[in-house]
Amino acid sequence: MFVVPFVGLLARVPWSDLPALLAGDVVTDALRLSLVTSLTATLIAVVVGVPLAWIMARLDFPGRSLVRGLVTLPLVLPPVVGGAALLFALGRRGLVGESLDQVTGLLLPFSTWGVVVANTFVAMPFLVITVEGALRNLDQRYEGAAASLGASRWTVLRRVTLPMIGPSLVAGLVLTWARAFGEFGATITFAGNLQGRTQTLPLAVFVALESDRDTAVALSLVMVIVSLAVLVGLRERWWKAL
Amino acid sequence: MEGALGPGLEADFGLRRGDSFRLDLRLSIPAGTTVALLGPNGAGKSTAVSAIAGLLPIDSGSISLAGIALDAPARDVFVPPESRRVGVVFQDYLLFPHMTVIENVAFGLRSRGSSRPEAMDRAGSWLERLELGGLERRKPSQLSGGQAQRVALARALVIEPDLLLLDEPLAALDVTTRADLRRTLARHLDGFPGPRLVITHDPTEAFLLADEVHIIENGAVTQSGSPDEIRLRPRTPYAADLAGSNLVVGNASGGQVEIGSHVMYVAEQELEGEVLLTIRPSAISLHRSPPEGSPRNTWQTTVAVMERLGERTRIRTGVPLPLTVEVTSEATAALGLGEGEEVWVAIKATEIGVESESIPTRSE
Repeated sequence: MFVVPFVGLLARVPWSDLPALLAGDVVTDALRLSLVTSLTATLIAVVVGVPLAWIMARLDFPGRSLVRGLVTLPLVLPPVVGGAALLFALGRRGLVGESLDQVTGLLLPFSTWGVVVANTFVAMPFLVITVEGALRNLDQRYEGAAASLGASRWTVLRRVTLPMIGPSLVAGLVLTWARAFGEFGATITFAGNLQGRTQTLPLAVFVALESDRDTAVALSLVMVIVSLAVLVGLRERWWKAL
Repeated sequence: MEGALGPGLEADFGLRRGDSFRLDLRLSIPAGTTVALLGPNGAGKSTAVSAIAGLLPIDSGSISLAGIALDAPARDVFVPPESRRVGVVFQDYLLFPHMTVIENVAFGLRSRGSSRPEAMDRAGSWLERLELGGLERRKPSQLSGGQAQRVALARALVIEPDLLLLDEPLAALDVTTRADLRRTLARHLDGFPGPRLVITHDPTEAFLLADEVHIIENGAVTQSGSPDEIRLRPRTPYAADLAGSNLVVGNASGGQVEIGSHVMYVAEQELEGEVLLTIRPSAISLHRSPPEGSPRNTWQTTVAVMERLGERTRIRTGVPLPLTVEVTSEATAALGLGEGEEVWVAIKATEIGVESESIPTRSE
């Protein structure tokens, strides 16, 4: 059941032409763009998502369940709808996009940053949910113990809280990156499909399927290999704790 | 108002948790003294720990340590936990699972600004002092309960606190090792120059470790006094239950235990040397004439103190071995007992709990 599609894919690989196909600029552009945007999105998700998860896990404020609902909404929303929503908000004539354009001259749609925004929007909930759950399960008495030993709030966070939720944080990072790496719907809607600028691997596969099957297969193979390498590598090192 | 305070802990505070729970506590612990806070689960013991450690702000009153106000809401004084000099051994010890033993002990020093080599050095010497040498690189999960307890103690002591606070220090331990570790703990407590506060639900622990015991029930102290005072004159049913356990130290040899000039027979034949006997008050029977039959421990004495607690009557017997005895009030009346009257005491050897107070030298 899980293996058949991969066998099917491998069976279609034009092994003799593969080196030439992989060296083609459509493939290299898409791979580079996919890695850069998915990693940037993961980084942003950490910087924004971890504090957000902390706030949701630790602070009691009115409307917390609403915030949690909004944060997790991209998980259930079809990515195309997410992309459309981003376009209405951040597009050239969008609610925020128009003033953003006037003040900074930054235009998100159809730019590489647009891909990053779409990736972050779709993938960050994975990190927030995983980290929030880990923070809730963490016995807060350990943080009290650290404070009683003289640790400032920052030291407690850095040396006790984060290391203790380490395995969950890594799991969240992997899920987030994987979701960003494979992101299609929101990206194509919000950022379009320009080779070298917004055409990530999944988009390139989609285009190539229509025109150049061999390239599509080569692109798919690259995605499978990169994903598998990351998952296996991290599982060996980190996921044992889970 | 701090001028009159000594170098110990002075706490007199109230703290509300939720709508239903309120803790009112008054403690005064001079340096070099061990006080036990003894009470059932839910009495507010852990809340007291949190308040003194600064993890929960108090609502009224004040807490001061070594002459410095730590918490006094009326004057807007609140010293955060990281700035208090309180060494806490937490319930379950709470050793950081991702750090090694020595990193756990060095944590407090590192957090207070010591350089890494210096912190490691001092942590190492505390580990040696608590006989934990060789365990530096272990993770907490690889320690026995007794070792974990001493690591927690080292972690609290290394910061040279002004107060040592122990929350249920023996509860996480195996019953068989508890007596041994309690003795070790008593030695370490004696070695700490400041005030010491032990929180426990175990009367044996409180009576043997502390100079003074406060009994806490439903958020309030119901009785305070020396262990002997509480054992002799318990004032609440809970205290009476606690006081119930007669604790007697004696010297065992071949099933006989010498307590001063008195000899008791116990079922345990193999323990030698110093032992702690525990006898439940309801396991002791009183008679007007020499009892017949199986009890091997019988002697004549007098009724020293008699106190009626509802259906039951609590009696304190006199020399040669003062014990607390509990009989039904009906039986007291039937026997016609009164203070100063002569009675015969009988205890079955099998009803006497025996645990070693010295290094066990079992002859198996």
